[in-house]
Amino acid sequence: MLMKITFKLFATLQDYLPAEAKKTNAVGLEVADTTTVAQLIERFSLPQKLVHLVLIDGAFVPPAERAARTLREGETLAIWPPVAGG
Amino acid sequence: MGWTRKILRVDLSNGTCKSEPLNMEWAQQYLGQRGLATKYFVEEVDPKVDPLAPANKMIMATGPLTGTPASTGGRYSVITKGALTGAIACSNSGGYFGAELKFAGWDMIIFEGKSAKPVYLSIEDDKVELRDAAHLWGKTVWQTEEIIKKSHQDPQVRVCSIGRAGENGVMYACIVNDLHRAAGRSGVGTVMGSKNLKAVAVRGTKGAGAIKNPKAFMLAAAAAKKVLADNAVTGQGLPTYGTQVLMNVINEMGALPTRNHRDVQFEDARKISAEAMHEKRPTDGKAHLVTNAACFGCTIACGRISKIDETHFSVVNKPQYWGASGGLEYEAAWALGAANGVGDLEALQYANLICNEDGFDPITFGATVAAAMELYDLGILTKEQIGLEAPFGSAQALVALAEMLISGEGFGKDLALGSARMCAKYGRPELSMGVKKQEFPAYDSRGIQGMGLAYATSNRGACHLRGYTVASEVLGIPVKTDPLVTEGKADLVKAFQDATSVFDSAGVCVFTTFAWTLADLQPQLDAACDGDWTMEKLALVGERIWNMERLFNNAAGFTAKDDDLPPRLKTEPAKTGPAKGLVNGIDKMRPEYYKVRGWNPEGVPSKETLSRLGL
Repeated sequence: MLMKITFKLFATLQDYLPAEAKKTNAVGLEVADTTTVAQLIERFSLPQKLVHLVLIDGAFVPPAERAARTLREGETLAIWPPVAGG
Repeated sequence: MGWTRKILRVDLSNGTCKSEPLNMEWAQQYLGQRGLATKYFVEEVDPKVDPLAPANKMIMATGPLTGTPASTGGRYSVITKGALTGAIACSNSGGYFGAELKFAGWDMIIFEGKSAKPVYLSIEDDKVELRDAAHLWGKTVWQTEEIIKKSHQDPQVRVCSIGRAGENGVMYACIVNDLHRAAGRSGVGTVMGSKNLKAVAVRGTKGAGAIKNPKAFMLAAAAAKKVLADNAVTGQGLPTYGTQVLMNVINEMGALPTRNHRDVQFEDARKISAEAMHEKRPTDGKAHLVTNAACFGCTIACGRISKIDETHFSVVNKPQYWGASGGLEYEAAWALGAANGVGDLEALQYANLICNEDGFDPITFGATVAAAMELYDLGILTKEQIGLEAPFGSAQALVALAEMLISGEGFGKDLALGSARMCAKYGRPELSMGVKKQEFPAYDSRGIQGMGLAYATSNRGACHLRGYTVASEVLGIPVKTDPLVTEGKADLVKAFQDATSVFDSAGVCVFTTFAWTLADLQPQLDAACDGDWTMEKLALVGERIWNMERLFNNAAGFTAKDDDLPPRLKTEPAKTGPAKGLVNGIDKMRPEYYKVRGWNPEGVPSKETLSRLGL
């Protein structure tokens, strides 16, 4: 069954978004309800070393859970490369 | 160069300048810059002193690595009793001033007393004199630097100065060097202004020297630079996107304080983010961001240099602001933007330019505007009192209020107080979002629990740079911890506070800690400085500095009651995001922290703790 989610990429990873999505850093997707975080990372060809901070609805998803964590209807998956500030 | 072993004492009341040997026994216990200057300060100044009285002193101090080839080795700090807080103040700045002071042969300058008329201090190596500054009084930071360089006929002279904010008693005035680097927080510029000291101009030609073991030092510095270059954050993330990259991160996490902390997410966060700064504007086809920039000796280069949109309403008839200049950094963008609900990037940059030009802290200013907007929203302040409509989200109000602050006219006088005094004046002290009268920076402690404890216990009032647990709770540096729980945060905060005390005392930038640990700093210090600088010694130095600052604050009258957060953060749960329904657990974390620190339940270091630290 298909469901709608929002996929966001920031900083240098935004180059992996469709051109029209870069203005918002976000793209709406329809994906199978069995889709995992790791599968989306692979589908968008994100380099593993640039996949650092992974949040679903703002909550951190540890690396060890990304292969098994399936997305749910309406969730937002957001990913950053290694960044910092202060 | 390790220490120059020489300090400059400037008596502004008598107009004298004299050289003194550095107390090398203290240098072994407190290292330099923040730690060593605070040691001098607490030995010489009554903790009860009025911050704006001549009896308060102000110290400008370098660290042993300032001016050396160590990466980021250009830092200096200003230590005094803060005008805004009445607590110990230590504001750290980059740029090139600190290294130049070291090249001139001075570890620190101690200013005491008050000049009868405006003066500035001129330093050319050993030639030191107080000069008349009547022609500089009333000038901006930018004008002051230009006039001094021309009159000295030396473009290489480095200048730190106060603008009109510091002259006029704005309680959160900065000391700005190199046009847009600042010792920014706690009102150190206000103290400088109270002494009728307009600027310090320094030219040093002695260069680096007095390194204990030059070959070992160069090897250690090179190895540490490689760590920074190879690290994805310091090697790529910070130079490319700067600190501003956090805007979307913290917003997504539901920890971006918005509209005076009423909300934890800002609907226009992306419009004022690093990503937006990289995009071409529809008006002129140019990106806001021009380039990144580095301070002296820095191999990270996180600084932002931007050009404002010349057609923006704030500058349309003001070509003096059209050139490339500093900003926006994350803290300023948050305080001027999300904190008061303004999503206009160009308006934020204009307000930021005014902060740099006339020397006032954008964090406290932005947060004070946010508090004023809430008072306006509640009907406590009226359009007539403020002089204009000031609803949350008004870029026009933000711009006008920045100009009003500097003119000192009308409501500008209230804004100059900072949010704590302003909110108290209008009968709503609980609406000031800060600790010890200093406003919070850009992290909501309902969504990042450890920061609540870091804010509450920061020795200089609410501050992110005294214990940046965001690194761990958000970014996973050095290890990821859960931002939504209080467990383990007492230990985490103490570890960050103590380590940061060492970095702030060494002469390097705290941003190195995104890649370095003390183990990367230690070989550089050990090779540069006399004595044996082991990891154990450094850990003890950090903890000693923290407790020394605490003792000063306790003697100044602060108690455990001051280690607290405003009621909003303890009683009004976050409305959205992962922290939805949460308040900050400060009342649970505080006693745990006191225990970890070896303090009694009243927040006073025990005799055993003081004995262990040699205090």
